[in-house]
Amino acid sequence: MTNPANKSEPLLEVQDLKKYFPIKRGFFKRVVGHVKAVDDINLHIMEGETLGMVGESGCGKTTAGRSIMRAITPSSGKVMFRDPILGLVDVAALDDKDLMHVRRSMRMIFQDPYASLNPRMTILDIVGAPLRAMGLFHGKQLEDRVAEILDLVGLRPEYMRRYPHAFSGGQRQRIGIARALAPSPTFIVCDEPVSALDVSVQAQILNLLQDLQGKLGLTYLFVAHDLSVVAHICNRVSVMYVGKMVELAPTRDLFVSPLHPYTEALMSAIPLPDPRPRTKRVLLSGEVANPASPPSGCYFHPRCSYCQDICKTEEPAFKELTPGHFVKCHRAAELNLTGVSEILEH
Amino acid sequence: MTENLIEIKNLRTYFHLAEGVVRAVDGVDLNIKRKKTLGIVGESGCGKSMMSLSLLRLVPSPGKIEGGEILYHHTVHENQDNALSSVVDITKLDPMGKEMRSIRGNQISMVFQEPMTAMSPILTIGRQITEVITLHQKVNQAEARNRAIEMLARVRMPKPERVIDDYPFQLSGGMRQRAVIAMALCCQPQMLIADEPTTALDVTTEAQILQLMRDLQEEFGMAILYITHNLGVIAEIAEEVAVMYLGKVVEQTDVKSIFYQPLHPYTRALLQSIPQLKDVLLRHDDARRLQTIKGMIPDPYQHLKGCPFHPRCPEAILGVCDTVEPKVIQMGEGHIVRCHLYDK
Repeated sequence: MTNPANKSEPLLEVQDLKKYFPIKRGFFKRVVGHVKAVDDINLHIMEGETLGMVGESGCGKTTAGRSIMRAITPSSGKVMFRDPILGLVDVAALDDKDLMHVRRSMRMIFQDPYASLNPRMTILDIVGAPLRAMGLFHGKQLEDRVAEILDLVGLRPEYMRRYPHAFSGGQRQRIGIARALAPSPTFIVCDEPVSALDVSVQAQILNLLQDLQGKLGLTYLFVAHDLSVVAHICNRVSVMYVGKMVELAPTRDLFVSPLHPYTEALMSAIPLPDPRPRTKRVLLSGEVANPASPPSGCYFHPRCSYCQDICKTEEPAFKELTPGHFVKCHRAAELNLTGVSEILEH
Repeated sequence: MTENLIEIKNLRTYFHLAEGVVRAVDGVDLNIKRKKTLGIVGESGCGKSMMSLSLLRLVPSPGKIEGGEILYHHTVHENQDNALSSVVDITKLDPMGKEMRSIRGNQISMVFQEPMTAMSPILTIGRQITEVITLHQKVNQAEARNRAIEMLARVRMPKPERVIDDYPFQLSGGMRQRAVIAMALCCQPQMLIADEPTTALDVTTEAQILQLMRDLQEEFGMAILYITHNLGVIAEIAEEVAVMYLGKVVEQTDVKSIFYQPLHPYTRALLQSIPQLKDVLLRHDDARRLQTIKGMIPDPYQHLKGCPFHPRCPEAILGVCDTVEPKVIQMGEGHIVRCHLYDK
């Protein structure tokens, strides 16, 4: 990771973000409840930084990424973004005209390189589409710009008239990255960009993302479930559980001294590429809570080995325990959780 | 009783297509020991899935087993329909015949990556498990249902008496995978083939399923052939490991040696390219790059001369690796490697 720029104000600041999906039942489609996919998250990202967002299925990380991008409209909350053209704006509240500008600067890379490229469009069409739609380039200039970006992501520009099926998974992911980079963005949401790739290809793409960040001064929100990948590429990491952010800290602090029991369990569950037997394992029981009917109090309490009475009734506050290290747990100050050093000692 | 349950000798499974021949499995030699877990590591196109499908004679057309042997040293149980002789060459059996059908799902079972594609979405879990039981065992429906509930309990499914009447869409990913494992184990097979069974699962669920498989292996005394590209999972579950590349086994040894003394350049490159948690402890603020393997997996229609890995190998010997195919070299106890670097 490059050093975060010295600007003191964040590039992106998310305040009290919520995204609820209504559950409709019956003939009259009455709203009987809500799936609280994203339930009150707060974060900020400095220019040039990579913030990781980890969690398991249904934790809301993908919905959070999309809400921040305004790919879906948040239910409430603010997304304050420093756009290079518009200045400081609340992306969640923008009208369509201003949104068009922000779409140049905030882009997304998707997980599935096979599903995220239209099979009936050439690479030129795919990478050039945002440029055409935004009226930025035409004709020969468009082709030149596409050639430039393809070269930047490590693809031969001569390939631009081919179709996606001619490329491997890793190459397709590069095409997806090129598409994201086309209008010269400042902020990119990477939604599980390497999960679907082979091990050796994963390494190439991670290196590419880092190189691009350095060359182009990009800021990343890196959404993933693989903690080893996140530990490698992120400056800070947030942990999500059933729509809530339960921990947020600089990478090293999170892994060496986790403060939330769920973070401890996640790290403990990682299969390490080392065959020595592991003794200090925390194995979670039960299933991930249902975001349509979450437990009372702390959502994690039914699976938590440190649960006490207060955890069953009162939702903990998201508090800063040590500088830069936030956690949502009643007992964070007193628990002594297993971090990566103890895990590696086995 | 022999130590080896299955002996694969020079197995070749090819696809003859209009564009050319894809040598999915290209001369594989492997032994799977009774009650032990053999891990197969490899990336896309290495042939690991085709090899496991070959074992069960499930290779999709136009693929065909072109040559080689799959020797199955089985022991006869009480509950089977017919007694098989003690060694049988699976490649010689009729894939739809009575013998093969008595092996598939009964003596050798398989668990796939996507639990939804392994199960019918329109039948209850109970129907699907009892179907396997009544197909291979002489019991009535009521008894089969009891055994199915018992099996669900053994795979630690919460509320098995209720889940048995649920449909797959009503279960979470982890629960579906448990149901599929129950289906695979209900006839107490001698070997379980698991093809990336936890790739689609969350890491905490994955840890539970891996623990479950280790426990069941001990309980049932069965061999496991575990296929994955995840080196962390291999370290957790395998006792012996075979690394595959482009249809061939390039290195095979016990799990400790694979991680601590990898010999083949591809194995080494794989190990170096994964982001490791321990690196978090040595963090610096400057960007650290992962070691990558240069190039990409080549076009499957292209049959290179010499070693299939040579275009990407950092240690390739010009004139040797690009012309002569390396043979299998024995390096110490139980460690084989297919590489010219070790050819004295």
